[in-house]
Amino acid sequence: MTARGLGYFLLPITGVLLVAALWTAASVQVKDLPSPVRTWEESKLYVLEPFAKRGEMDQGIIRLASYSLMRVARGFLLGAAIATPLGLLLGLSQALNRMFDPVIQILRPISPLAWLPLGLVIFQRSEPAALFAIAVCSMWPTVINGAAGVKAIPQDYWNVAKVLRLSPVTTFVKIVIPSTLPYLFTGYRLSLGIAWLVIVASEMLTGTPGVGGFLWQEYNSLIYSHILLAILAIGLVGFALDRLMGLAESKLRTI
Amino acid sequence: MAYIEIQGLGKSFRVKKTDRHVLQDVNLSVERGEFISVVGFMGCGKSTFLNLVAGLQSPDAGRVTIDGDVVRGVRKEAAYVFQNYSLLPWLSAIGNVQLAVAAAFPSWSREKQLAHSKQYLELVGLGSALHRRPGQLSGGMRQRVAIARAFASEPEILFLDEPFGALDALTRGNLQQELAQLCSAAGRPVTTIMITNSVEEALLLSDRIVPMTSGPPATMGPAVSVTLPRPRTVAQLQHDDEALRVKTHVIECLTEYVKHARERRSPRPSVQTATVPVVVTRPSSGAVPAK
Repeated sequence: MTARGLGYFLLPITGVLLVAALWTAASVQVKDLPSPVRTWEESKLYVLEPFAKRGEMDQGIIRLASYSLMRVARGFLLGAAIATPLGLLLGLSQALNRMFDPVIQILRPISPLAWLPLGLVIFQRSEPAALFAIAVCSMWPTVINGAAGVKAIPQDYWNVAKVLRLSPVTTFVKIVIPSTLPYLFTGYRLSLGIAWLVIVASEMLTGTPGVGGFLWQEYNSLIYSHILLAILAIGLVGFALDRLMGLAESKLRTI
Repeated sequence: MAYIEIQGLGKSFRVKKTDRHVLQDVNLSVERGEFISVVGFMGCGKSTFLNLVAGLQSPDAGRVTIDGDVVRGVRKEAAYVFQNYSLLPWLSAIGNVQLAVAAAFPSWSREKQLAHSKQYLELVGLGSALHRRPGQLSGGMRQRVAIARAFASEPEILFLDEPFGALDALTRGNLQQELAQLCSAAGRPVTTIMITNSVEEALLLSDRIVPMTSGPPATMGPAVSVTLPRPRTVAQLQHDDEALRVKTHVIECLTEYVKHARERRSPRPSVQTATVPVVVTRPSSGAVPAK
């Protein structure tokens, strides 16, 4: 194998093995922490029958993840549907930006754990409350990037719009949107990452089926290896989501 | 009253709490169908002047009238060519032209708009690059697209802001000729105001050359008429006595202005000798004419 190939494959594998070794060492020290081998032994049923449904929480890992993904998709789309026009508007209007910038800066750092009870109060049911928390938490990167993208449109393009006497609608469709798209996609990518972070917390609190709900139930049932399984699943799905978003970003590049 | 009438035009920008007067008391009359070149040093306010006349910016003093109407915003019958092409990178060559055509002739069908755009791109020699994006075109080709975009809206007024400034000498020469041909082939009087820092370019294309004084604040010097017959060629301008006379006169004017401006700014003698940043290109093949 060439030196290049070594760098591409062997180094990442070594990294994973090192962490696994650390995990094993830790499991020797901490009595309740299952080792990698034990984790696999106790949870292989969930991985080898990934689509099985045995009970409300007792389901294959991909099936559980798909519930979470559906919830994330809905929450994220809801957030993006609000955040995209809001971001573009804030970028286009200095006055609106001044008006809402403090509000955004205050709302942005609020944890999903704080939004969820408010959602429950407003909607009375766990499902819309979870969507609310995901949407509210995940929209800020899109808002901020969208606004930054509009502000970064070169004066040249505005001059083109002026000189060609483009209508506001044409200017928006032909200049503002394509010019802002790379910024928006960076925002979407960050937003989706946050949405995936929020899902686990909201499922844990509401006890709905999904990887987060599963994790919390298995903790309560004292099956600790399943916690590790859920953690790994969350990590892998999050990684896949980010890669997919990155792929979409590069496919839709306008500039 | 002339077609374009510029009276007492002034513009200043606020820089660090002081007003910087860029233009002051600029007066100019342009007849319908005339080609005017404004020649001046870099940063003397030429572009600001053109932006004011075109309606991209509004003046602080004075006014511009076109065909008797005071200019407030960009006019329907005007087209503008920018120095840096200003093409939209996400649209193909024909997409860029079509955007202008669709804005100028909204009642046309899409097919007609596309055919019209294609015709103008073919006119500037880009018939084979219709679907290429600006990123895949050379500088000269990009400026050709920009020129096609300007002409495709069939303008009566053309504003050219150093249209060939970013091109190499050979490409510049070709495009200058093409522009002259497009203007004469338009079949209607096209009134043009061009900003340039090349006296030769001005000589090649204009009916009148207006030297701009060195600012700030800058204003217009007396216009020089160019009575040379058309079509003109670069080689011909090298040998023509009249062309040489006009060129020398304009360069002398500009040098005089810059000396004045320097003396005004710093009364003590300057070590720097008068360097003339006016681009005087000379084709390598052409013999240097004896004076």
